[in-house]
Amino acid sequence: MSIDKKIVDDLVANEVSFITTVPCKQLAGVIEEVDRRDGIFHIPSNKEDEGMGLCAGAWMGGKRPAIIMQNTAIGVTINTLATLIQYYRMPLPMLISYRGELREPVACQVEMAVHTKALLAQLNIPTYHFHRQKDVEEFDMILKYTFMCNKPVAILTDANFWGGYGDQ
Amino acid sequence: MIRSEILREIAPILRDQLVVCNIGIPSQELHAIDDQPTNFYMLGTMGLASSIGLGLALAQPKTVIVIDGDGSVLTNLGTLPTIGNNAPGNYILMIIDNGSYGSTGDQPTYTGKKTDLAGMARAAGCDNVVVVQDVDTGPALQKAIAGRRATVLVVKCDSGNAKMPVITMDPVIIRDRFMKAVAS
Ligand SMILES: Cc1ncc(C[n+]2csc(CCOP(=O)(O)OP(=O)(O)O)c2C)c(N)n1
Ligand SMILES: [Mg+2]
Repeated sequence: MSIDKKIVDDLVANEVSFITTVPCKQLAGVIEEVDRRDGIFHIPSNKEDEGMGLCAGAWMGGKRPAIIMQNTAIGVTINTLATLIQYYRMPLPMLISYRGELREPVACQVEMAVHTKALLAQLNIPTYHFHRQKDVEEFDMILKYTFMCNKPVAILTDANFWGGYGDQ
Repeated sequence: MIRSEILREIAPILRDQLVVCNIGIPSQELHAIDDQPTNFYMLGTMGLASSIGLGLALAQPKTVIVIDGDGSVLTNLGTLPTIGNNAPGNYILMIIDNGSYGSTGDQPTYTGKKTDLAGMARAAGCDNVVVVQDVDTGPALQKAIAGRRATVLVVKCDSGNAKMPVITMDPVIIRDRFMKAVAS
């Protein structure tokens, strides 16, 4: 089974039905898969903090949300994570492409990669790093954990996990 | 009229509805005028009231009224295309446009100068944008509720704040009682 399909199957199995996204090349397949599912309402957002606001509202309205985003957006979401998602104690799975890691072809992406885990750790956000394809097996458990504890939880997915960018 | 006078006047209309209220003095004023479990007070996160309200309106069928501010919409302008392309009929975004950052001492925003929020909302794809003067807020809001059509209501008013106490309620309590009111 493709990783994209497995990820979206797990989201559906955990009753996630409201997903917002800001694209990344690495996430293109999973976003396409989200669009294919009738049980998921997909609402693209223009900035990741806006997307987190949508997710907060959807959760208060009775839907389980998730955000799919790139790690370069961690900086713009810090205030929202601290003063909305964490302060009001809301669950939020964050499926994050971890650009700037091994097999990254674009040097600029490394500049936020070096801050990503430090920022998440500073916020006490439970963080998982998917580096090999089999790491996806934990995704279902991570979703259950997120909705058990009502916290934002980060799943960092690097280029090696997604199979690289071909011959680079 | 200033914001608090408008809120006092529309409090009887808001009472029966789900309300997401903007950060700072707007929430303090609404809380002091008529605290309700159906009110979600933002204690931080400037800019996201319209987004939280949109997520809520999309997730359940009850009418959602967002009380937002011009400064907050300007800081999250990406919200307007998302509203324009997705807002369901139970969504009302009421922007109290006092042309200032009220909570921080009424520093002017660009809406008091050349910037037209209603025009921006229309250009973003919102097709039901209504601009009213402060004194006409009540009837305009009632019309929007009855219309069951996504509405952006821009309320032009004076800048100024009423002196109200800070909200000391715990955020998890605000959120929990709000979620119970949503589900009831
Ligand atoms: C990121 C961020 N920047 C600045 C502030 C300070 N701040 C709080 S409320 C506010 C003004 C909001 O203005 P507006 O949305 O027009 O509401 P008004 O009080 O005028 O009704 C500002 C600047 C903040 N809370 N967060
Ligand atoms: Mg203002």
